[in-house]
Amino acid sequence: MSNTPGFETLAIHAGAAPDSATGARITPIYQTTAFVFNDVQHASDLFALRAFGNIYTRIMNPTQSVLEAKVAALEGGTAALAVASGHAAQLLTFHAMMQPGDEFVAARQLYGGSINQFNHSFKSFGWHVVWADSEDVSSFEKAITTKTKAIFIESICNPGGRFTDIEAVAAIAKKAGIPLIVDNTLATPYLCNPIKHGANIVLHSLTKFMGGHGNSMGGVLVDAGNFDWSASGRYPLLSEPNASYHGMKLHETFGGIAFAIACRVLGLRDLGPSIAPLNSFLILTGMETLALRMRKHCDNTVEVATWLSKHSKVAWVNYAGLANDKHYTLHQKYSPKGAGAVFTFGLKGGYDAGVKLVSDVKLLSHLANIGDTRSLIIHPSSTTHSQLSKDQQIQAGAGPDVVRLSIGIEDAKDIIADLEQGLG
Amino acid sequence: MNHDDYSSEYIRGILRSVKTIAMVGASANVVRPSYLVMKYLIDKGYIVIPVNPGLAGQYLLGQKVYALLAEIPVTIDMVDIFRNSEAAVAVTDEALALTVIPKVIWMQLSVRNDQAANKAEAMGVQVVMNRCPKMEYGKLSGEWAWVGGNSGVLSSKRQSLHANGRLQSLGLGASDVIAETTKSV
Repeated sequence: MSNTPGFETLAIHAGAAPDSATGARITPIYQTTAFVFNDVQHASDLFALRAFGNIYTRIMNPTQSVLEAKVAALEGGTAALAVASGHAAQLLTFHAMMQPGDEFVAARQLYGGSINQFNHSFKSFGWHVVWADSEDVSSFEKAITTKTKAIFIESICNPGGRFTDIEAVAAIAKKAGIPLIVDNTLATPYLCNPIKHGANIVLHSLTKFMGGHGNSMGGVLVDAGNFDWSASGRYPLLSEPNASYHGMKLHETFGGIAFAIACRVLGLRDLGPSIAPLNSFLILTGMETLALRMRKHCDNTVEVATWLSKHSKVAWVNYAGLANDKHYTLHQKYSPKGAGAVFTFGLKGGYDAGVKLVSDVKLLSHLANIGDTRSLIIHPSSTTHSQLSKDQQIQAGAGPDVVRLSIGIEDAKDIIADLEQGLG
Repeated sequence: MNHDDYSSEYIRGILRSVKTIAMVGASANVVRPSYLVMKYLIDKGYIVIPVNPGLAGQYLLGQKVYALLAEIPVTIDMVDIFRNSEAAVAVTDEALALTVIPKVIWMQLSVRNDQAANKAEAMGVQVVMNRCPKMEYGKLSGEWAWVGGNSGVLSSKRQSLHANGRLQSLGLGASDVIAETTKSV
């Protein structure tokens, strides 16, 4: 047996030894809120972080732990924390590093839900987003001020399907002494490993390709263990004595997993967006076939995108997996195994043609999700991005003529036949 | 030997063979890493003898504190160094001058001194640097996953419950894992 297991082996086995108590081979669903203590000393040790172990499912749960260990292994991180949704992962990530009045720089091409969270809810905490352009790397550097605490990008942008030059942005973050956070939801670790390219924290909505079957909400943050939280003194939650743990310094105590620990024992403990054990189980089951699914997703997407690019009613197709796409080179660098399964295309008929297509398809599902075994379609300007102004929609790659597809793992000819009748 | 990466079998072999550990730089402050590690290792069945001149004669977690390694009246299997990298040379010299030389010199996470390591290895002593025995024990036993940690260890064998019989306490089972090298965390 090779000393370094391959991706498919890790996807099945990482974190998932047979259950120590019962020998159950598949990770059990630990559907319990709490765990009994051996004695008062044990309870005290657990609460004071002196012992490893489960206390309460709001903070950790054995089914969830297997999910976390698996994602951390697949991303090449030191540790992970699974939470209720991708949005919750973002909330806890920023909670661990931001104080009122602080800023972070984010790519304006992000998923519309992230744009809303950053623009509106985060503002009420006094956390201020400054927007940069993922296609103009220098805009990140220009946006950094003395208040900037992090840079946030997506490896593949949703919905535009654009790629970000992760290494170039990582170099800017490193120079500024701030962490680079990469949302890797659309790529999954099968296609792209942001940590290898300089990311310090990787986030996922597990709801999408990781779980892959459209049945469970979940999110995760992965600690790369490669950022010095104590160097600048600007991340006091990690570097300074913590009053709620008798003065413990989390970075000093937990080293390379300190960020994941801080998000768990402070953010998750106090804000509470925990993942349900059943959802952890369903996502774990999905993740075992991640590589198989992603290969089929990507193969199908190339077929569908190629077919659309030749259709008379289609104005343009944005898919980095097409050799003539402007992001093809970045795709080859960062995710050579495939460009993902989410992309957009434009209809010559504009807004009305978009509404007609999503109404007329019969196999594709019209809904606001991506990363399902089923092919999905949405017209962002009438749905996910409808709260944004027209300018913001266009900047986010979600203008009135834009249709987003998330290609499933059905037979590609059936997906194409449905689009053909829908466009007709 | 290469001290950037250790095989999990190397670390497992050490943690399964040593019984008595002298901890140089032990602290009475209950939130300091050295205290947390000492407490954890005792819970796992090791005899941990604290060494700290400032606390000599006092008791820490039920164990008498000594000022020097040479004052410890029992044979030591491993010296765990909770001092900075520079100080590791003197501690290693002290260990190598003992009547019965310890089998292992272990330098804590962020502590590394290749000069000290070379000396120890020349005398047949096993060396681990820039690692924490609590973290390594957690990775090899499976407890590391309870903090969402990536242990780098894969196995289709059941994790071993610790012989102490307590809930939520795993032990170091036989070495039948498929493993990557353990990374410094």
